Amino acid sequence: MNNILRLTQLKEGDRAVVVELTLSNAMRRRLQDMGLIKGTVVECVGKSPLGDPAAFLIRGAVIALRSEDSDMVLVEYIN
Amino acid sequence: MGMTRMSMDEKSVDTEFVVEKKNPSDKVIALAGNPNVGKSTVFNQLTGLNQHTGNWPGKTVVNAQGYCSFGGQRYVLVDIPGCYSLITRSGDEEIARDFICFGNSDAVIVVCDATCLERNFNLVLQVLEITPKVLVCVNLLDEAAKKNIELDLPKLSAKIGVPVVGTTAKNKKCLNQVFTGLVSVFNSLKDSPPLVVSYPSYVEEAIAILTPEVEAICGDAVNTRWVCARLLDDNESLVKAISNYVGCDIAKNKKIAFLLEEIKEKLAAKNSSFEQMKDDMVASFINKAEEICSDVVYFGDAAYAKKDRKLDKIFTSKLTGFPIMLALLLAIFWITITGANYPSDLISKGLFWLEEPFLDFFVMVGAPKFFYEPLVLGVYRVLAWVVSVMLPPMAIFFPLFTLLEDFGYLPRVAFNLDKHFKNSCACGKQALTMCMGFGCNAAGVIGCRIIDSPRERLIAIITNNFVPCNGRFPTLIALISMFFIGAATGLFSSFLSAFFLTLLIVLGIFATFLFSRILSKTILKGETSSFVLELPPYRKPQMGKVIVRSIFDRTLFVLKRAMLVAAPAGLIIWLMANITVGDMTVLAHCAGFLDPFASLFGLDGVILLAFILGFPANEIVVPIIIMAYMAQGNILGINDLDVLKQLFVDNGWTWVTAINVMLFSLMHWPCSTTCLTIKKETKSLKWTAIAFIVPTIAGLILCFIFTNFAHLFI
Repeated sequence: MNNILRLTQLKEGDRAVVVELTLSNAMRRRLQDMGLIKGTVVECVGKSPLGDPAAFLIRGAVIALRSEDSDMVLVEYIN
Repeated sequence: MGMTRMSMDEKSVDTEFVVEKKNPSDKVIALAGNPNVGKSTVFNQLTGLNQHTGNWPGKTVVNAQGYCSFGGQRYVLVDIPGCYSLITRSGDEEIARDFICFGNSDAVIVVCDATCLERNFNLVLQVLEITPKVLVCVNLLDEAAKKNIELDLPKLSAKIGVPVVGTTAKNKKCLNQVFTGLVSVFNSLKDSPPLVVSYPSYVEEAIAILTPEVEAICGDAVNTRWVCARLLDDNESLVKAISNYVGCDIAKNKKIAFLLEEIKEKLAAKNSSFEQMKDDMVASFINKAEEICSDVVYFGDAAYAKKDRKLDKIFTSKLTGFPIMLALLLAIFWITITGANYPSDLISKGLFWLEEPFLDFFVMVGAPKFFYEPLVLGVYRVLAWVVSVMLPPMAIFFPLFTLLEDFGYLPRVAFNLDKHFKNSCACGKQALTMCMGFGCNAAGVIGCRIIDSPRERLIAIITNNFVPCNGRFPTLIALISMFFIGAATGLFSSFLSAFFLTLLIVLGIFATFLFSRILSKTILKGETSSFVLELPPYRKPQMGKVIVRSIFDRTLFVLKRAMLVAAPAGLIIWLMANITVGDMTVLAHCAGFLDPFASLFGLDGVILLAFILGFPANEIVVPIIIMAYMAQGNILGINDLDVLKQLFVDNGWTWVTAINVMLFSLMHWPCSTTCLTIKKETKSLKWTAIAFIVPTIAGLILCFIFTNFAHLFI
């Protein structure tokens, strides 16, 4: 059973744990500084009216990410 | 230290910022922290100053300084822009980084948000890596208490080895603690040494390899361990800034390059890489923050943010997100228009009633006509118009807008509109700078520093003028009421005015999208860049404070600026209207010259001249038009909108003219202050010129199309 998916694919209320960041350079570091590293638990708390960006709960803060960026974060689904 | 900041890269520092000590013994304190943790509020409380505050990340984009003293020691407090990390990308964060790293401050206060301590601690740990002179100020304790979050601050302090104080910045009592905390920072009263995050052993070995060489170059100018770690981080911009600071290009030093190469080979031999090492280094900080906070923060209620999520659902859902945005805009305008109506009328009547006594007074004391006529009929009249028409809407709009800002609604606007900005290849944070433009376009342009990518920042700067500032929408309101509401009265009419105004604003926002897109397909080609936006918790706005602050700080400030410009403009326009060359006044000559061109766009020479003369401030466009028309006729008492309308109609206005004036007011060159700000922000005449031309062309095209379209039917 493969529970790996992209962060973008999370639906509202879904929780997942970060498996890998496939971004490079500045944006990688920026997300890491927000606390998004391997092992971090994230929750999708909602999408904007047009579906993109989406908001994620990361270590107690709500951060909005565009699909281009959240596509580059692989996560493992947890219930 | 013996180092100066003279050699600093111009781009990497806020070159205009100099810490001004009033006394050599003053201690310089940097106030750092994540965006939107209440730094500016703490700063204001400590210094008694009035830095503008708001509930959205990026409110402070430039350093501000203030003074305070405690126990005989004077402090210079520097409020720096919020940042998540010292490894940064955007301009405002670079300012913060450079001040913390190289600002030679005597101590750093890191302000944290008690409701989100873990995320905040990454920065605390990073600052501790540079300097042990740190005071951690855990702010917003009241918000945390409301959410049932408890914090054990003494334990936290013991863990990190520096003083920790808790504050609720809204309550002044806690602030003495900040000073006591500072005193103990300087006296090093703590038993345990300040915490420095340790890296995995292989990273520590690499640091040890670099240390002797870095020490030889930097001496004690900067923290050696920190520089070594940054070399391993391979952070180009920061290494460059360090190099400038110590006056030697570290990255180009042959020995260091050799050592770094050696480290790289060692890593490769172990199947690792620099990239992996970087990840491990970041993770050290994040994990340490998690470890510390899990021990000192207790969540009494797992669903502590339930209320925020509920509100988010209302403000950002598919169904209600946009309707609520429009409704709020409409409501704000409606309250502004309705509320401003009566006081505006009263002030106007009062000020124009005073005109005659003034004239009588000058006649009585025997003042010469060439002295008092320009003074009263020129300067005074324009001032009276500006005060009566501008003051009431501003005094209502600013507080209302500030309430929304304090509440935390603006980031949600950015969240909702981001997709449109993305389609225009622009940044979603442009929505925030757009909102600032409502207050003042110059402020909006400065605010564009929150946008990381230079390309997207330029787009935001160039298109900021499509949102009408406070100097413009009273003009719009006046024209709407004159030409489109007319007979309708009462509740319905003010609602209709608000509706028309909202339509115009939406048009402006649409133009922002369109021109952002055109710019990114033409002269500012490029890929859409990444975008990270924090949606902060909602906070209850402090009503009383908001009202007092926005009236005294913003309204009066903007009004003062408008009046300073209006007075000389009033004089010039009176002179133009009264000095005759040949058989016509100078004004008539100018207007006549512009007339053929202006009529192409459904305007007339006087209107275009008024916009040109209104370059210093948009507030004076309508009074110039009035005065120019009055110089040709002889109408007294312009305090009545109906009389004014008659004046305009007598001078050939139709509803088409009125719409054209509104469109042109919405889209024409930015005012002089904004242009100067654009020049300062972009450091380029070319982009300033483009920011001048783009909205002007947009306005002219729109007026041209509308005029010709309307004439098909008339």
